[in-house]
Amino acid sequence: MPEETPTNPFLAEVIAIPGGERLKSCIQCGTCGGSCPSGEAMDHTPRELFAMIMAGMREEVLKSNTFWFCVSCYYCTIRCPQDIPITDIMYRLKRLAIQAGYYTASITGFSETFVGQVETYGRSFELGLATGHYLRHHPIQSIRMSPLMLGMVTRGRMSFTPKRIQGIRQLRAILRRAKELGGAW
Amino acid sequence: MVRRYAYYPGCSLERNAAAYDESFRAVAQVLGIELVEIDDWNCCGATEYFSLDLLPAYALVARNLAMIPPDLDQVVAPCSACYYNMYKTDKNMALYPELARAVNEALAAGHLHYEPGRVRSRHALEVIVEDFTPEEIAVHVQKPLRGLRLAAYYGCVTVRPASHDDHEYPTRMERLLQALGATVVDYTLRANCCGGHMTQLDADTAYRMIYYLLSNADRLGVDALVTACPMCQLNLDAYQGQVNAHFGTDFRIPILYFTQMMGLAFGIEPEKLGFGQEIVSAERVLEKWRNPPPEEETAERRPRRRETGLPMPEPLPVGQL
Repeated sequence: MPEETPTNPFLAEVIAIPGGERLKSCIQCGTCGGSCPSGEAMDHTPRELFAMIMAGMREEVLKSNTFWFCVSCYYCTIRCPQDIPITDIMYRLKRLAIQAGYYTASITGFSETFVGQVETYGRSFELGLATGHYLRHHPIQSIRMSPLMLGMVTRGRMSFTPKRIQGIRQLRAILRRAKELGGAW
Repeated sequence: MVRRYAYYPGCSLERNAAAYDESFRAVAQVLGIELVEIDDWNCCGATEYFSLDLLPAYALVARNLAMIPPDLDQVVAPCSACYYNMYKTDKNMALYPELARAVNEALAAGHLHYEPGRVRSRHALEVIVEDFTPEEIAVHVQKPLRGLRLAAYYGCVTVRPASHDDHEYPTRMERLLQALGATVVDYTLRANCCGGHMTQLDADTAYRMIYYLLSNADRLGVDALVTACPMCQLNLDAYQGQVNAHFGTDFRIPILYFTQMMGLAFGIEPEKLGFGQEIVSAERVLEKWRNPPPEEETAERRPRRRETGLPMPEPLPVGQL
């Protein structure tokens, strides 16, 4: 059984979420990677990544692209014979990588644009989301995307004006307090 | 009997998936479902907020739960991500009192409070197949979907990790579509992921995932692929042209919502079900619906079984959803 402290503070950091303790029971069977629909694009399979976490390889793990390619489909989570909440651990690794500054803007930019909208308006609107993110990070692809955008606009499926909720100040106050409280849940 | 539920449409259903909202409301009315929309609801954060900041992600969802009127104990969401975020927030707050305390401390900044366990979060598909018997649905069928060959596509979080249906081989939507009179194929990839937001991060990976889903459906010769999630619909419909260009294919598979198919079977006009908003035209589906083939032609012929053949599973029972 790997020990998280004092020899492996990184493991303790990763598993500090609800149910995260289960990670210590990983038997390295590889069911997670075998179930992953986007595993081909990952530089380390989830199983490898978990072994690296056990070995305390903080920097290598947080610089990996594995969790950024996780699409949150929960196949690994339901199939894991040890009931490890793998999808939640992938979310945890994304947050740790952002905190450590190991990420590229083209990847986290999408989440940040999305969250920015939510904090400004209380709701998300696809047009602003797609154009804002694409123009900033994939200018060439934006041109190739234009037929798609046009199709969405002509069918009334994209909004140009965001809808601001009435309780936006209340929502911001809640989010501000939540950020202050923080914690690794 | 009128059944009342709190209703959380979510951002997609306001615009991109308006067809889902329109058709769900139309079908709900026929079934006697009263949908009480949560007043001034906010975005659930989709899969993005959990990637950035955990406690605000939970607090965001909890604000919606806290605003559900006290006389309602169930909330229905047609979007898989919205449904699962509400389910997960409620469940984790109940499981981890420390989390519940922190979320409620944040909510207090907005003079709100949510008691975990008070509201049960449910997906629209779950409400339809669990709260209504097949007979209760069949009694409203005025124009059966005879002659339409359909594949039911669930995607991920509609069935994983929380559904009561099988997490890898769900059959509820198939049975619902059969009750509506459609011919339903055994769609192998029914619970595979559409890629979610992957189109925004890595197009090659995203297109490959969408390609598998489309080519599998294409080989089964379906008239349409039926979904229960706005993200799945968007990826398979709006990106179908991009995928065709990327792989040199010519898929033209309409991607429709199960509520649109229910509406058609209930005899509701397509315009009231959001038809026409899809990028890949569903006109051929509507054509078949308007002019169904004579009954005897579509009667499923019993395949002749060879003495030496492998045993095959019985077809799905129509009588049980």
